[in-house]
Amino acid sequence: MSTVILLFATGLGLGAIYFLVASGLSLIYGLMGVLNFAHGVFLSLGAFLGWEVAQMIGSNTWAGFATSLVVGALAGAVFAAVTERFIVQRLYNRHIEQVLVTVGLALAAVALFDGIWGTDPEFIRGPQWLAQTTNIAGASIPNDVFVTISAALAVLLSIVLFLKKTRFGMVIRAGVENRSMVMALGIDVRTAFTLVFTIGGAAAGLGGVLASHYFGYVSPLLGQTLLLYAFIVTVIGGLGSLLGAAIASVLVALMQQFANFYLDGTGDFAVVVLLALVLLTKPSGLLGRRQV
Amino acid sequence: MTTHDDQGSTAHSPAILTVAGLSAHINGQQVVEQVDLEVPATGVTALLGRNGVGKTSTIKAIMGLIERSGTVTLAGQETEGLPTYKVARLGVGYVPEDREVFAGLTVAENLKIAERAGGGHHYDLVYDLFPELYERADQAAGTLSGGQQQMVALARALLNDNKVLLVDEPTKGLAPRLVSDVTAALAKAAELVPVLLVEQNLTVVRDVAQGAVVLSGGRTVHTGGALALLRDPETTQRYLGVSTGGAANPKEADA
Ligand SMILES: Nc1ncnc2c1ncn2[C@@H]1O[C@H](COP(=O)(O)OP(=O)(O)O)[C@@H](O)[C@H]1O
Ligand SMILES: [Mg+2]
Repeated sequence: MSTVILLFATGLGLGAIYFLVASGLSLIYGLMGVLNFAHGVFLSLGAFLGWEVAQMIGSNTWAGFATSLVVGALAGAVFAAVTERFIVQRLYNRHIEQVLVTVGLALAAVALFDGIWGTDPEFIRGPQWLAQTTNIAGASIPNDVFVTISAALAVLLSIVLFLKKTRFGMVIRAGVENRSMVMALGIDVRTAFTLVFTIGGAAAGLGGVLASHYFGYVSPLLGQTLLLYAFIVTVIGGLGSLLGAAIASVLVALMQQFANFYLDGTGDFAVVVLLALVLLTKPSGLLGRRQV
Repeated sequence: MTTHDDQGSTAHSPAILTVAGLSAHINGQQVVEQVDLEVPATGVTALLGRNGVGKTSTIKAIMGLIERSGTVTLAGQETEGLPTYKVARLGVGYVPEDREVFAGLTVAENLKIAERAGGGHHYDLVYDLFPELYERADQAAGTLSGGQQQMVALARALLNDNKVLLVDEPTKGLAPRLVSDVTAALAKAAELVPVLLVEQNLTVVRDVAQGAVVLSGGRTVHTGGALALLRDPETTQRYLGVSTGGAANPKEADA
């Protein structure tokens, strides 16, 4: 029983990280029709810069940890905003070129990170408490799992509130449905494009810092590895659906954890089977709308 | 060849919207070849023609939604190269074919998102014309009936001070009672703002339109008064595929 609880908790933690990456991916695809292959490097940059700042302040202090979260989110946001504004937007409405340029940017950024931080994973640590465990019904749950889940919930709630309560949010929701009609109402939808990239980048950068604590290391390929799962999550959840991304993140991560443990390390295989099942039975994803 | 008659009001009041030598493409395929039309500063100008002749494409080209060449002049300003949102901000209200309301947004949000900066928003007018929208403010627009969605689409355009409305088949697929509601709303709107109206229902055209422009194969083939056109069995038969028999009863011919 305690194993089940442990797998469930660590699965939720992993799902939280997937969600932090997938939320931005899904919004960006939904609004702009762009599969952003550079999303993983937003995460990696957040993780690296977060770790640098944490070391400066003191990696085992809470102040260092808190600052690293903020810096990671900011780094991801700025990197994403610049990417959108100066690269993706230049290729407005040329989807294939937009996708290709994000692939190129991802390769270049990974090479740059290799150059700066080296190709080997760098093992990191945070405040003592994060590495300890809390006993829940006999299971020893690593404490960083609670932090990761709380952060993802806070991000989910903030994005939902932003989408529901602000005019920008309304424009984004409308734009996900029908971009041309938004423009035909006199709205410069490009502002919304930059905004979703920025929000998505911030979530990914924050996810980078949390992922580096969850896995215990940072590396130039950390983001790209997670990006693969985030794409799967986004497709299963329904491209463009934030709630779909949240549900699919948890679903995919739990399947992975349990299959890895009980079915002989077949977690990735189980995820692919799930993806195939969803594509066969509901190609638009769990909560996806039919593409127009 | 373009025919022309002067029995309508078309030629006599100054134009708010002038389209000259318009051609347009969708994905590299030519959908408009040579459209010329003028929308006078008052009343309703009908844009007519059989299915697939390029009426919707003409409207989209005016909005800058599809690739185009030729001149489109709005209130004296040439709109070449303007992105769609700037065309709209010049004072164009767009009511697309198939309504295109935002299904996941509430009725109130569909109107709110249409509010353009720098002008009043005529909620009084909109709710006066369509009281149902007020009652259903918090309902998701995707759950409305086709007629109610059409009201939302019209309301979005009427909310702002516009120089012209482009309205594409507002009665398409509506029950007869709703057709007359929408027609009445159009007539009321036309007292405030000139309208370019694509409409297959010739009864509606006869009721609200003064001018008429007929397209065939992506080209303007006739320009003149709406009533004169409907009384001309040869032209209507040839370009609209219906015989209006001297406008005795266009309704019967409206297949
Ligand atoms: N997305 C599209 N791609 C290619 N051709 C199109 C597209 N939309 C419309 N067309 C073609 O353009 C022509 C004009 O269509 P349209 O403007 O919708 O006509 P109408 O509104 O008069 O019925 C038609 O021949 C139609 O097949
Ligand atoms: Mg049409």
